[in-house]
Amino acid sequence: MKKVIMGNHALSYGAMLSRAQVIAAYPITPQTQVVELLSEMCASKTLDAKFIKVESEHSAMAASLGASLAGARTFTATSAQGLALMHELLHWASGGRLPVVMGNINRAMAPGWSIWTDQNDSLSQRDTGWIQFYCSSNQEVLDTVIQAFKVSEKLLIPSMVILDAFALSHTYEIVEIPEQKDVDAYLPPFNPPYRLTPSDPHAFFGLTGPEHYFELRYKLQKDMEKVPALIEETGREFERIFGRTLGLVDEYMCDDAKFLFITSGTAGYTARVAVDDLRREGVKAGNFRMKVFRPFPFDKVRGIAQKAKKVAVVDRNLSYGHHGIFYQEVKSALYGRDGMPPVFGYVTGLGGRDITPGDFKEIYRLASSKNTPDEEIGWIGVKR
Amino acid sequence: MKKERTMKLSLPEEELMSPGHLACQGCGATLAMRYVLKALGRKTVVCIPACCWAVIDGPFPQSSLSVPIFHCAFEAAASTAAGVKAGLEMVGDTETTVLAWAGDGGTFDIGLQALSGAAERNDDIMYVCYDNEAYMNTGIQRSSATPYGAWTTTTPVKHFKNRPKKDISGIMAAHRIPYIATASVAFPEDLFKKAQKAKNIRGTKFLHIFAPCPSGWKSRPEDTVKLARLAVQTAVFPLFEIEDGEKYTINIKLKDKKPINDYVRLQGRFRHLKEADIAHMQAEVDRKWEKLNKNCLS
Repeated sequence: MKKVIMGNHALSYGAMLSRAQVIAAYPITPQTQVVELLSEMCASKTLDAKFIKVESEHSAMAASLGASLAGARTFTATSAQGLALMHELLHWASGGRLPVVMGNINRAMAPGWSIWTDQNDSLSQRDTGWIQFYCSSNQEVLDTVIQAFKVSEKLLIPSMVILDAFALSHTYEIVEIPEQKDVDAYLPPFNPPYRLTPSDPHAFFGLTGPEHYFELRYKLQKDMEKVPALIEETGREFERIFGRTLGLVDEYMCDDAKFLFITSGTAGYTARVAVDDLRREGVKAGNFRMKVFRPFPFDKVRGIAQKAKKVAVVDRNLSYGHHGIFYQEVKSALYGRDGMPPVFGYVTGLGGRDITPGDFKEIYRLASSKNTPDEEIGWIGVKR
Repeated sequence: MKKERTMKLSLPEEELMSPGHLACQGCGATLAMRYVLKALGRKTVVCIPACCWAVIDGPFPQSSLSVPIFHCAFEAAASTAAGVKAGLEMVGDTETTVLAWAGDGGTFDIGLQALSGAAERNDDIMYVCYDNEAYMNTGIQRSSATPYGAWTTTTPVKHFKNRPKKDISGIMAAHRIPYIATASVAFPEDLFKKAQKAKNIRGTKFLHIFAPCPSGWKSRPEDTVKLARLAVQTAVFPLFEIEDGEKYTINIKLKDKKPINDYVRLQGRFRHLKEADIAHMQAEVDRKWEKLNKNCLS
């Protein structure tokens, strides 16, 4: 069935179709419609779940972890300040191997108060051990929630499904709502190997000395390394059932591209328009949208970058005192390997300033005029 | 033939807490756990935030409890427990008691928001605060449960704590939860009865258990039960229940309340106090006792 829905509701439908059993959430603009619709679904029994209306995001994640360790499929959603408040418990989720799935609406961090999009909220959680999916359409949001549960529960690693504030969260698009029976066939019920139950008592997460802690983290990393292959495998299975692809990356005209944009989120869709325009002008441009940022898809990035003459990474985020965060990571993935092209980094769209096809064409012009990248960040659209 | 004498136990014999735990000598918090688990039985899940009990239980992969434990974040005992309860119900277990087990720091201070949230929602959890009146696990720093006059490492004798203990049962009563009780490790039958009563009530239950700490109070380990008893007999820590936020009942009535001097002088943490300070403490205890008795009448 096709419906015209907003990105936030795509998250809600994804959680509903995944048969989330416990939802614990706290409202924050621009996430509120996610939980409003889920409350309605729970109240009307469209979704058989318990909705815990907590008093903060910290408690939202704490309750989610409790429910997950009890063996229930658990969903929550937040944004920006709320995500930051959860920070401590994000570590708890991954360290505890609790496969909670969370929607995060990318919103710029205060101060000054902003409700508009950029990626510094979720990228600040880069090292918490969560899988991070960055989406660029409402369909992708819905589909990714379902896939995220499958991947997370298989490897016991939590997932964040991320979408841009307003550009996606409040934008209405046509979305194919999958049939429940198809989703059930794709996503089996959650059945963790260990859980909180009096019939098999264990003490979870107690004092862990230097004897054991290191190995627990080693195992988390080893399982993280399995995520890319599992995303591709479950993506192919998804395609067989639903006819839509879900992968690590979205390649647009990359095969013969000499000039490659590396993008993420909705800007990764805008880039396609610029690629079309540039192609009309005779430039062999391509767009490589990174859908999964953690774990970092090294093989995909290296494989595609080595075919290009120049790479321009476009960041809607900034690590103060360094560069755009995707830029740093792409460069580090290519560093020291033969035959890699120069990588140019651009920062744009912070705090929700629009990123237009014209900005991408500007980036192309700037990068084309140089053989090697500057030390200085490539600022696009900033008033100086 | 002599008739065999049988001993009648006032508490169940089964122990759900093993002796190989890591508590200090004379720890009141271990007695509290032992008695509460006797009342709740095996169908219990415990959520323990950062507190002495996070250590007492024993290091990974060991545990001194025979019931499952979620060692959770410091400020998150109540919200974690609420999530566990919801999760258990969704997987078909509606019987298990979910127990949040926190110290006074995790309850009066950093965990108060989550506790208030759970209580306002009336989540079906049992919350126990075992109160040793300071951050003992980190080495005796004052909490908002530390009483007036006490020395701690952050309230040195030259600047001892000059504010009274936070009225946590009053705060919980304001949430109108179905059941609140104070209890003491010196009165195991009363404690057991209250935990059992709480177990059979749906909604948020709050038990505030007085648990002396010889390491932090600078008292003798063998005086733990004596101190807990004196705290009740002096009305420093009276034993009472509050039902539905309104109905107060005093469980251990005091005809002749003992002077607090008897209680105070057994503890090094009060050694620096002058008579005037103790008189101030006595006046505060008297005022609160009078108020509690008034609450029982109304």
